[in-house]
Amino acid sequence: MNMNDSIVSIQNVTKTYKRGSEVIHVLENISLDIGQGEYLALMGPSGSGKSTLLNLIAGLDQADSGSIEVGGIDITALSESELARWRAGNVGFIFQFYNLIPVLTAYENVELPLILTSLSGHERKEHVYTALKVVNMEDRLRHYPSQLSGGQQQRVAIARAIVTDPTILVADEPTGDLDRASAENVLELMDRLNRDMGKTIIMVTHDPWAGNKAHNMRHLDKGVLSNDYQDSHS
Amino acid sequence: MIIRILIRNAFRHKLRSILTITGIAIAILAYGLLHTVIDAWYAGVAASSANRLVTRNSISLVFRLPLSYREKIRSVDGVEIVSYGNWFGGYYRDEKDFFANFAVEPVSYLNLYPEYKIAEREKTSFLKNRKGCIAGKKLTERFGWEVGDSITLTGTIYPGKWEFVLSAVYKGKHKNVDETMFFFHWDYLNETLKKERPFSADNVGFYMIGIDKPENAASIAEAIDTTFKNSLAETLTETEKAFQLGFVAMSETILKAIQLVSFVIIVIILVVVANTMVMSVRERTAEYAVLKTIGFSGGHIAALIIGESMTITLIGGVFGILATYPAATVFSNAVGDYFPVFNITKGTILMDAAVTVIVGLSAGVVPAWGAMSIRIAEGLRRIG
Ligand SMILES: Nc1ncnc2c1ncn2[C@@H]1O[C@H](COP(=O)(O)OP(=O)(O)OP(=O)(O)O)[C@@H](O)[C@H]1O
Ligand SMILES: [Mg+2]
Repeated sequence: MNMNDSIVSIQNVTKTYKRGSEVIHVLENISLDIGQGEYLALMGPSGSGKSTLLNLIAGLDQADSGSIEVGGIDITALSESELARWRAGNVGFIFQFYNLIPVLTAYENVELPLILTSLSGHERKEHVYTALKVVNMEDRLRHYPSQLSGGQQQRVAIARAIVTDPTILVADEPTGDLDRASAENVLELMDRLNRDMGKTIIMVTHDPWAGNKAHNMRHLDKGVLSNDYQDSHS
Repeated sequence: MIIRILIRNAFRHKLRSILTITGIAIAILAYGLLHTVIDAWYAGVAASSANRLVTRNSISLVFRLPLSYREKIRSVDGVEIVSYGNWFGGYYRDEKDFFANFAVEPVSYLNLYPEYKIAEREKTSFLKNRKGCIAGKKLTERFGWEVGDSITLTGTIYPGKWEFVLSAVYKGKHKNVDETMFFFHWDYLNETLKKERPFSADNVGFYMIGIDKPENAASIAEAIDTTFKNSLAETLTETEKAFQLGFVAMSETILKAIQLVSFVIIVIILVVVANTMVMSVRERTAEYAVLKTIGFSGGHIAALIIGESMTITLIGGVFGILATYPAATVFSNAVGDYFPVFNITKGTILMDAAVTVIVGLSAGVVPAWGAMSIRIAEGLRRIG
């Protein structure tokens, strides 16, 4: 992997939260580069700031200082509405609790991000079918989330994340709510998205077993990124 | 897709939605009904013509005016028709069965009130028969009268039994016309009085005057009143509308109270719908956060929430408006003939619709604002 070809470039990012008069330093001077096509696991104990860092990379939250470039765009300079538009085109989200819209079918949930694009109805349909085929859920189009198992819902959620063909995929504890078999299935799918489709994936997890499935791992502890850059895979 | 989501959201909690819709329907129904009652109260005012004046004794309606004023009024510039009449105050069978009955000068009266539709043949027979009388269609239906029937009224102001023959039935040319009135030849009253109580004969309760142009009403009224200044019976002349308003004014406080109640109903239903929406939106905080995460704007979220609120409110509003019609019929039957004219006007329906839209929008605004301003990271945090 060529590290000069980085798709995410984080420089000296700091993030604090204020709770009353108390200031919580969640991220302290973080710098991190993530290469194109990388599959990175962000690990660390609970409360270490993993989700916070992921949210910053995905443009869901604003850093106090430092810069974050994704695909050559400095997202810290974008306004709220510019960020929303940027997310729609560049980031695919996978959550711990799937977060599908309960009143929409699997098909409609996957189609949802596409209604913000200028694709024609026909193209949308094609995209949705392709995405559902990738996650192997094309036979459950008309099912509502409540009619699907956790693992199946997460696969639909992954289809929703990839349907816009985003620059990066971010996943916060994607297997945190799944049993081993379903988790295995989801991790295998993510591996395939990375290997076969070249997707850049950043996955937060505190489960070492899940972290090991990624190709690289970084540890976050008390807001500081340790330098144990390691390649756990061949 | 946005519309699909908002409609499905609206019926996510079926029972909650049905209860809310029922509440809205009842509120709109009550609102429409109260407005119809107010309209009914003002029906006389609405039916009045700007081309007509009423002259009465300046002291009070109870006091009469001499018949000799007729010619003097007729000679005032701008006056075209002069008719006159007396409130008769008789009852049919039972004193409690109230209806309006007058003695009027028949030819001029019918000329002055073209909104009464009467068959030509019946009209001629009425004018020919001294004991003839005309009754409104609703009144004849109430007592089961047919043209040709003899009708006996018992006088209260003019004691005794008074015999009439129903010569004609009138219908209103438009919906505001009171179809419950009864009138007969003034001469019949006056000649009887001449025989039995000569001192009260040749007196008129009020003059009804047709004028050339509405804009001359004020000057004509003044000219009439000036004519009789310093005479034994001074006059008060006003437009028919002002005359009718004088009756309504007495109950103005009640009308104000009704208006207040109808307003309170709307405020209550607004609070109820807003509460439902706030509850629903709060439950879905994470969903809205997810939509925002995916890239939906605050405007999209607001559209979803306000659209949902509008969907629920409009359904309730439509049911409410549809229910107003049968409810008005039931209501009008129940209160008997207290309101001679009881119609749901277009204005009432438009008010219903406006209120529905306002409630739908305002109930959605507060939760929409809340959902728009929620920060994604925090919205997502609320899950689980
Ligand atoms: N909106 C907020 N206001 C105040 N403090 C916050 C807020 N969001 C996060 N924090 C704090 O920031 C710290 C890091 O939170 P974060 O969610 O990033 O941790 P995490 O590593 O993802 O933990 P976990 O593994 O439990 O998900 C925690 O101490 C948390 O309490
Ligand atoms: Mg977390």
